[in-house]
Amino acid sequence: MAKVMMKGNEAMGLAAIKGGCRAFFGYPITPQNEIPEYLARVMPEYGGVFLQAESEVAAINMIYGASGAGVRSMTSSSSPGIALKQEGITYIAGAELPCVIINVMRGGPGLGGIQPSQADYKQVTRGGGNGDYYLLAFAPENLQETVNIVKEAFDLAEIYRNPVMIAVDGLIGQMMEPVDVDMEIPKREIPEKTWATTGTLGKRERNVVNSLYLDPQALENHSLKLKAKYDLMREKEQRYELVNVDHSEIVIVAYGTMARICRSAMEILNEKGINVGLLRPISIYPFPEKAFAELPSTVKGLLTCELSTGQMIDDVKIANNGKLPIGFFGRTGGMLPEPEEIVDAVIKMIGGMKNE
Amino acid sequence: MSNVLFKRTEALTSKEFSYCPGCTHGIIHRIVAEVLEELNILDRTIGVSPVGCAVMNYEYFNCDMQQASHGRAPAVATGIKRVLPNNIVFTYQGDGDLASIGTAEIVHAAHRSENITVIFVNNAIYGMTGGQMAPTTLVGQKTTTSPTGRDPRHSGYPIKISEMLATIPGATYIERVSVHNPQNVRKAKQAVKRAFEMQIQGKGFSMVEFVSTCPVNWGKTPQDALNWLVDNMIPYYPLGVYRQPEAGEKNE
Amino acid sequence: MNSEKINCAGFGGQGVMLIGQLLAYAANEEGFNTLWYPSYGPETRGGTANCSVTISKQPVNSPVISKADSIIIMNKPSLDKFEDKVRPDGKIFINSTLVNKKVNRSDVEVFYIPVNDMAAELGNPKVANLIMLGAYLESTKLFEDEVIIKLLKKSFGENKAHLIPINQQALQAGRIFIRQ
Repeated sequence: MAKVMMKGNEAMGLAAIKGGCRAFFGYPITPQNEIPEYLARVMPEYGGVFLQAESEVAAINMIYGASGAGVRSMTSSSSPGIALKQEGITYIAGAELPCVIINVMRGGPGLGGIQPSQADYKQVTRGGGNGDYYLLAFAPENLQETVNIVKEAFDLAEIYRNPVMIAVDGLIGQMMEPVDVDMEIPKREIPEKTWATTGTLGKRERNVVNSLYLDPQALENHSLKLKAKYDLMREKEQRYELVNVDHSEIVIVAYGTMARICRSAMEILNEKGINVGLLRPISIYPFPEKAFAELPSTVKGLLTCELSTGQMIDDVKIANNGKLPIGFFGRTGGMLPEPEEIVDAVIKMIGGMKNE
Repeated sequence: MSNVLFKRTEALTSKEFSYCPGCTHGIIHRIVAEVLEELNILDRTIGVSPVGCAVMNYEYFNCDMQQASHGRAPAVATGIKRVLPNNIVFTYQGDGDLASIGTAEIVHAAHRSENITVIFVNNAIYGMTGGQMAPTTLVGQKTTTSPTGRDPRHSGYPIKISEMLATIPGATYIERVSVHNPQNVRKAKQAVKRAFEMQIQGKGFSMVEFVSTCPVNWGKTPQDALNWLVDNMIPYYPLGVYRQPEAGEKNE
Repeated sequence: MNSEKINCAGFGGQGVMLIGQLLAYAANEEGFNTLWYPSYGPETRGGTANCSVTISKQPVNSPVISKADSIIIMNKPSLDKFEDKVRPDGKIFINSTLVNKKVNRSDVEVFYIPVNDMAAELGNPKVANLIMLGAYLESTKLFEDEVIIKLLKKSFGENKAHLIPINQQALQAGRIFIRQ
């Protein structure tokens, strides 16, 4: 199918429907409002449920109920709203329910601002709520990648029985790009939802959706079961792109909109005769540690670039394991750097390494 | 020829209750369970457990259950009912859960007239956490966090949930009951039955509030607790129907 | 054309977002890669609004435009904000009805187009943005009017189909102004 121009938020809404989502519960917050607005219009055409909840807290708990009843469910919000949803998210992870959460990130802390940001990286990649759990989390860079991942997210959520978060910065939600929402995604075997509470109809044992384990041994066993899932994710779901890393002394590590800005910086650097590579995490949990092992020995340093004061850099340090020097460039609060700022950071880093 | 005079309801599992001696949760569970069985809806019912003393009642009701976070049972029930409109969905919540942390969720579930049934057990105290003051704690009542008795100048007056929800246009059926004697137990069961019938008929939000005891945290014997309920709780929380559809019509 | 980067700025309600969107939609129709992104939030409601459009044969990388090839300026505050954001030898299109100031730079090509006056002459003040778009398209030779009209027909639907001719006239008026 030909690509059509869509706004990021609307494209994510349509992608959710194409991914089988039939229940959406949300609450207004900028810059993600076009997702609920779009689904309020379109979801009824697909026979699905759209409901604006009284709060983010209520919305995520409605997701718990609907997902527990076996229906592909999604909520969306932006940073402060995602903070409010953490209660429900940890329950959903604990009860091993699938669901998809879109986080169109804005600047923080507190009420912060409404411009694009990646300052929720740690909240997204460390679970966010209480307890020993993680979300499967993706951070795509353009709309085609975003819609493909939103569609896949519903399959992955059911395969792992775990919430999947798509974390994009506000720009991806607000921008328009040509996109094909019907592009094929990998076919996966989806397990039957034998656990869903749909009424026994006298045909099966009753199902219970629950995250309470008062016996510590039972809770430890449950946590170890969850950990095994996260280990499996780390083995199977690491996603990344390596660009031009051969013959590059410096490799930039960046994701989302920041990665796109870095790509433009790489072109400018290339014109100046400086070869720079890009390691772009697409999954941020699991963090693509495998990508670092693929870097050739010619790489002499890593430059982490983020729309924050430095959050992913900790994962870069873990993955790098002390091997290479790591530099950092960040803008935050909703400020977007121009490619030239990255160019300067790269040149400065090369200069610093030569002086050592 | 022998007649069966009493048998355990199918709607309860064989799991033993974890409630304290003299607590009225047991009777209330029985009432709800018997109604689910008598209305022949058990196999399409999904219950939602609260946080509080009844947190583990997903082990007691013999139907599909979801356990919700504190106060959010009406939101969870909304999620279930919206995607499974032909199923029967109920929540079972205490006064800390419903009248304190979950006021937003209960008010808006009633406001949207979600076609669910809420069983609200009000014993004027936080039981499971050890007897702290609840929004429903009576004036002068001593709890671990109102050690000299609830002072309305400090903590406000006890909140009357049934009266409050009855002001909401979307609330279809609201009744307050008690189970302190057999006569009231029978009345309470009628109320619960009516509430579930409202849901079966698609009439919208129904809630039955039980004024209830907590002998352990009130520091009373079960009988003294029931007497205290009659003398103190019921005068402040009068029993009766607070809202119902007129002549079988859906509430406007 | 290999690539074109445009900033478009003005008051909320002047249709600056639409100018950018039409360019992006047209680019997609014509098989280019493109990316449109708006300023968003309170500033778009009554304050200044702007959007960035990149049109390219190559995949679009940075959505952030450091130096635009062209800027479209619909009011005075936007000129102050964006004058330095156009590259040397780039183009500035100015709504001279509302901007009574001249551009300070001498290394750019400037077009002063009284689009509000021209729209009033056409009998519909709302088409000032389409006059500006016509002028821009004439100068850059980016797209034919037919592409824009096709997009407008799709977006207007039957209810607003009667507005197509005035929009067509507006695009033409912009082109004629540049030709003269």
